[in-house]
Amino acid sequence: MKPTPSIREYWRANVRLIALLLAVWFLVSYVVSIILAPWLNQFRLGGAPLGFWFAQQGSIYVFILLIWIYARWMDTLDRKYDVHEE
Amino acid sequence: MSVELWTYIVVGLSFLFYVYIGYASRVRDTRGFYVAGRSVPAFANGAATAADWMSAASFISMAGVIATAGYDGAIYLMGWTGGYVLLALLLAPYLRKYRKFTVPDFVGDRYASNAARTIAAIATILVSLVYIAAQMRGVGIVFSRFLALDIAQGVLIGVGVVAFFAILGGMKGVTWTQAAQYAVLIIAYLIPGFALAYMLTGNPIPQLAFAFSDMCDRINQLQTELGFAEYTQPFQSKPMIDVLAVTAALMIGTAGLPHVIIRFYTTPDVRSARYSAFWALVFIGLLYTTASPLGMFARYNLINTLHGKPIEEVRKIDWVAKWEQTGLLKIVDKNGDGIVQIAKGKAFKEKGGKPDFSQPDMSNSNEVFLDNDIIVLSTPEVARLAPFVIALLAAGGLAAALSTASGLLIAMSSAVAHDLYYRVFNPHAPERLRLLIGRLAMVPVLVIAAYMGINPPGFVAQLVAFAFGLAASGLFPAILLGIFDRRMNHQGAIAGMVVGLTFTTVMIVLMRSPQLLGTAQPIVKDFFGISAEGVGIIGMLLNMATALIVSRLTPPPPEHIQELVDSIRIPRGAGEALDE
Repeated sequence: MKPTPSIREYWRANVRLIALLLAVWFLVSYVVSIILAPWLNQFRLGGAPLGFWFAQQGSIYVFILLIWIYARWMDTLDRKYDVHEE
Repeated sequence: MSVELWTYIVVGLSFLFYVYIGYASRVRDTRGFYVAGRSVPAFANGAATAADWMSAASFISMAGVIATAGYDGAIYLMGWTGGYVLLALLLAPYLRKYRKFTVPDFVGDRYASNAARTIAAIATILVSLVYIAAQMRGVGIVFSRFLALDIAQGVLIGVGVVAFFAILGGMKGVTWTQAAQYAVLIIAYLIPGFALAYMLTGNPIPQLAFAFSDMCDRINQLQTELGFAEYTQPFQSKPMIDVLAVTAALMIGTAGLPHVIIRFYTTPDVRSARYSAFWALVFIGLLYTTASPLGMFARYNLINTLHGKPIEEVRKIDWVAKWEQTGLLKIVDKNGDGIVQIAKGKAFKEKGGKPDFSQPDMSNSNEVFLDNDIIVLSTPEVARLAPFVIALLAAGGLAAALSTASGLLIAMSSAVAHDLYYRVFNPHAPERLRLLIGRLAMVPVLVIAAYMGINPPGFVAQLVAFAFGLAASGLFPAILLGIFDRRMNHQGAIAGMVVGLTFTTVMIVLMRSPQLLGTAQPIVKDFFGISAEGVGIIGMLLNMATALIVSRLTPPPPEHIQELVDSIRIPRGAGEALDE
């Protein structure tokens, strides 16, 4: 059984969403929290240097948010393409 | 009541609670035994996953490691949380849809190869064995520090409790005890965290006190005065390239660890596998975002309490006296001035990786040795909390160690009984025999774990780098490509696993040769600046590159395999019973 065009489209939409969210994941953890951390430390969030705060706190909040967005978005996609579980 | 009596009561009650849950969720079939009957709601599975993942080391040692490393502690904070994004987006939903019991199940079926299945099963057993030995050691340490039991007795009690609920209840018993263990461990961690934050900043929420107070400035100033680098200054212990590599290797290793992946098999459908990953990271994040303020505050407080004070006076503080007795804290008056001095460098010379308290290191002026574990263990006393909280901390440390150990036990026994015995040696074994073998397989694993917990080989700490390295460079790419690359065939996957695992193993052995082979110096210092902890990321990239090239030079996988890939990409149908 070959996947129908609608199923193919569902998969492409899923892969695009994953790529977008993983791009944010990559930027926040490696670029903002590590590569740019020394530079970002000149700015502050409250009393904490920004690069340091992202590395030890902010990145984890973003990870949680990314998974939540993915789960919610996939609920919509699953229904739109009628592949959800009853 | 004394602290010790409280500890016996709280630990005893928590153990009774776990044993009761284990008894209440005993199982009669392999579906219950390996995947908890696929009946665990997302929220509860999230809590169980969090307890499964957070080990004795996360609970007792991590805040202390961060306190010493400052900014660089972020490799653990990000490395051990960021992997859940990969799990939730790339692996968990599809493996859940596949409706099988184990990680080697998927690898073996997807590549229609018992060789691939066997490699995955052996990797699962090796990775989990390394980990479970460390957990059993953790159980023994908690018992010996809080109660006057020796490590061997503590390990045996721990093994007994785990054996009871794991053998009786399998994955179902383990899941529900893990959820209860999460509740115990997070309460035990948060109370001292709140108390310390309130004591130092007036704000009881550690996460808020961390950002919205002058604590960063205060600790930076204190560190500078004593000759340390600023606490918030990046790359003091490792170059940037290594911080990047280690963070990535820990993240990808986390996503490839079999005992974590199989937790997502227990949910009723694909949707709840996604939400489980969300809840898991919420619960893990609660402890991890508390660990960074806790480490920073406790370090500041310890330095402030000890540095520049007369030794006589400091030794009168009851917790200083107590922890000095246990060897987690040691003060030596190197210059004979009667004043405690904290500075850069080691207070004592090391022998076999441990400080030798009879040999002060006179090459620097640091007079205080602080063990990493003291940051968490001493906090209730430092913040003057009731003895009850100290008892709770002991129960929390045990909950963290036992929950991880039981998850590992399931992963290993399923690799032995389901993948190797049933799928490879005896495919016609009836259900009842399979269940019996699953239960029996736990016994030798527990015996080995107990033995390694009581007599830890000196290289256990080195092996943890292996666990993440093997998971990142072997299992993760094979699963990922199996889902996202329809064209991937067994030639590519096996070639990739062999290249990735070989490269990583050889590199770690060469870099850790003083501990593993007994050479005077490491044979290889680093791989373009990347240390043994981070080299798994290079192994993973080599694995993927090899797999992609080899698969394109060999024939595509057969039609029914491509249909299998198509079917796992669609959530519908995950609830149907297949479960073979």
